Amino acid sequence: MPNARGATVEFRDVTKQYADQVAVDGLSFTVPAGKICILVGPSGSGKTTSLKMVNRLIEPTSGAILIDGTDVLQEDPVQLRRRIGYVIQQVGLFPHQTIEENVGTVPRLLGWPKDRIRSRSIELLALVGLDPKRYAARYPAQLSGGERQRAGVARALAADPPVMLMDEPFGAVDPIVRDRLQAELLRIQRDQGTTVLFVTHDIDEAIRLGDRIAIMKDGKLVQYAPPGELLAHPANEFVAQFVGSDRGLKRLGLLTAGGADLDSGIERAGVDPRAPELKASTTLRDALALMLERGVQQAPVVDDNDGRYLGVLTLAKISKMLGSQA
Amino acid sequence: MDPGGRVNIFVDTFAWFTDPAHYTGSNAVQVRVFEHLELSALAVLIAAAIALPIGLYLGHTGRLAFIALNVANVGRALPSLALLAFALPIAFSLGLGLGFWPTLISLIPLALPPIMTNAYVGIRGVDRDVIEAARGMGLSEPGILRTVEAPLALPLILSGLRTASVNVVATATLGALVAGGGLGRYIVDGLALQEYDRLFAGALLVATLAILVEVAFGRFEARAVSPGLRSPADAL
Amino acid sequence: MTEGEPLIRWDWIGSHLDEIGFRLLQHVELTAIAVTVGFIIAFVLSLLILRIPRIEGPVTWVTGTLYTIPSLALFALLIPYTGLTLLSAEIGLVSYTLLILIRNIVRGIRDVPADVIEAATGMGYDNSDRFWRVEVPLATAVIIAGVRVATISTIGLVTVTALIGQGGFGFLILIGIQRFFSTELIVGAVCSVSLAIFADAMLVLLQRRLTPWTRVAG
Repeated sequence: MPNARGATVEFRDVTKQYADQVAVDGLSFTVPAGKICILVGPSGSGKTTSLKMVNRLIEPTSGAILIDGTDVLQEDPVQLRRRIGYVIQQVGLFPHQTIEENVGTVPRLLGWPKDRIRSRSIELLALVGLDPKRYAARYPAQLSGGERQRAGVARALAADPPVMLMDEPFGAVDPIVRDRLQAELLRIQRDQGTTVLFVTHDIDEAIRLGDRIAIMKDGKLVQYAPPGELLAHPANEFVAQFVGSDRGLKRLGLLTAGGADLDSGIERAGVDPRAPELKASTTLRDALALMLERGVQQAPVVDDNDGRYLGVLTLAKISKMLGSQA
Repeated sequence: MDPGGRVNIFVDTFAWFTDPAHYTGSNAVQVRVFEHLELSALAVLIAAAIALPIGLYLGHTGRLAFIALNVANVGRALPSLALLAFALPIAFSLGLGLGFWPTLISLIPLALPPIMTNAYVGIRGVDRDVIEAARGMGLSEPGILRTVEAPLALPLILSGLRTASVNVVATATLGALVAGGGLGRYIVDGLALQEYDRLFAGALLVATLAILVEVAFGRFEARAVSPGLRSPADAL
Repeated sequence: MTEGEPLIRWDWIGSHLDEIGFRLLQHVELTAIAVTVGFIIAFVLSLLILRIPRIEGPVTWVTGTLYTIPSLALFALLIPYTGLTLLSAEIGLVSYTLLILIRNIVRGIRDVPADVIEAATGMGYDNSDRFWRVEVPLATAVIIAGVRVATISTIGLVTVTALIGQGGFGFLILIGIQRFFSTELIVGAVCSVSLAIFADAMLVLLQRRLTPWTRVAG
């Protein structure tokens, strides 16, 4: 990859004031390079406004947004946008261009040679799981909602942007497709190392995708933390409510059996034979579900790679982890 | 033409309008206006009597959509002068002579398409749920058409009648070419005799009449349409 | 129309092919100039409307009034100024194209989906690039629909310009009426209608070529 590294994005006391209201109020936080930051909050919380100030579709009233230390306000907005990937819910593919032409949009604006645009488009279609042979020559109207969103992601990645902005990109696709697209996004993001700012109102999506989650309310940043910390220690009642009363279970979904405090004093042979054997990478949430289903109190945990026995996970331990928070 | 000529034409036309001689006899302004309106009104009434039932019926049943929608385009392709050209031999072979009848015959096909297409589109545009509800309440099909569809389609039906009327008033002018009456007389005679004051006066009268018909229809539509459905959209 | 005279005398048509050809060229020329000039004016006015929306009302009012004035009256009003000339004919013909063309150009551009505009801006199109490479191509189908209506109407109106010494096929119609000669007027009328249908078909083909994406299955 020509640009396998993302850029740092820093909001420095950013405010957006409209005539009669403050949309974003003194926002400050930093997204480390190569991480996914989710902006989440109820509608009207200022999350989309914040996102659009990064590529200057909306101009901040005061403050600075720095990409790798350079204030975006110092740059020509058109040139700036060509270096930032942008994906929106309705995708906004150009109906009059084929998928290949759509994906090649920014490289074309940047004046890349034709054959390089072409090979890059083909490469990206494959990356997002659209077979170039089948899809390159199609028009957007010939694609399903999920396929269009994949093409939208490919288009946003075309010129190796160090930063990609995504505004509720999976909000309009059905749950099964959304699930798959989320998994693909994680894979692609790890592969490309792009810094991603992602807006959603869906806390579950935020927890699944985010390295960091910024919870916003009334234009202010309420809490900025990794998902595990957010679930374990909500900053206030609003965050606790927003992440949901099942946040304990959600948090179990982030923890693995291998990372739990296992009881290694019990022999493998001494464990209830009805108990399911758990891999170390199994989430505690899945482990809990399996154990309840089988009606057992404990389950053996083994190493993912060599099957080596690591110890026993007990319901009491899981329950203690549920209780250890808040 | 020199600029003086332009000043003259206004002076001359004003003089023409103020000359009492132009308000007496068979070539009087009021006579020509009446002839023009009589011919136009008759043409629109006949066209409406033919096109409205067809448009309403096709709209209600949803049949022949392709024809109902494209008849307007075909109508536009028929040049008014060509219609007059076709009407002349027809009127002649029916023994109706020159003037009034061939002009009337040429005006009717001009007025049919907008009336029919707008009635069709208006009826088709009525919310299917409303019709379903009416049917569910036990209204007969003619009852649905009369009490639900037609009132809801009224804005479009009226705008079709307006389009047809303005076209007809404009085209009735050509009747003078085949020895008909109406305001076209002044234009055609003015051209032939190179009397530009008469030509100009005739043109002003026709233009004013067409615009008045347009405006009057607009006013009427605004009043006739149920207050529940303001903001009529034009189909054409 | 004289007793014993057939409705159509084929021998007249055979011996007047040159005349018919000349009138065809004249008709096409009058139409092409009117639609081209009308399109240029309409495009400029549409750009102004898109930029300054408050002029839309006045522009629509003026072009709508021009459209309402009967063609013969408009040509007659021009005669004292520009005489029995091509210019008089074209001023009238161009006037009639404006309302439809402006309406379709403005609607076509305004109907471009907001998400497409946002995506284009977000990817770094500047305003003029976005207009010419995204908005205009997407408006093409609606714009050509307007050009079709304008062209068909103009071909019909060209016949009326026979009264001010132009006319194309309208000239044949007018002479036919004046001489009571049904062959000539029917030839003029049929040719005029055929030309309108042909031109419309050509524009449909042009639209399909320019907007291949509108024909793909959803």
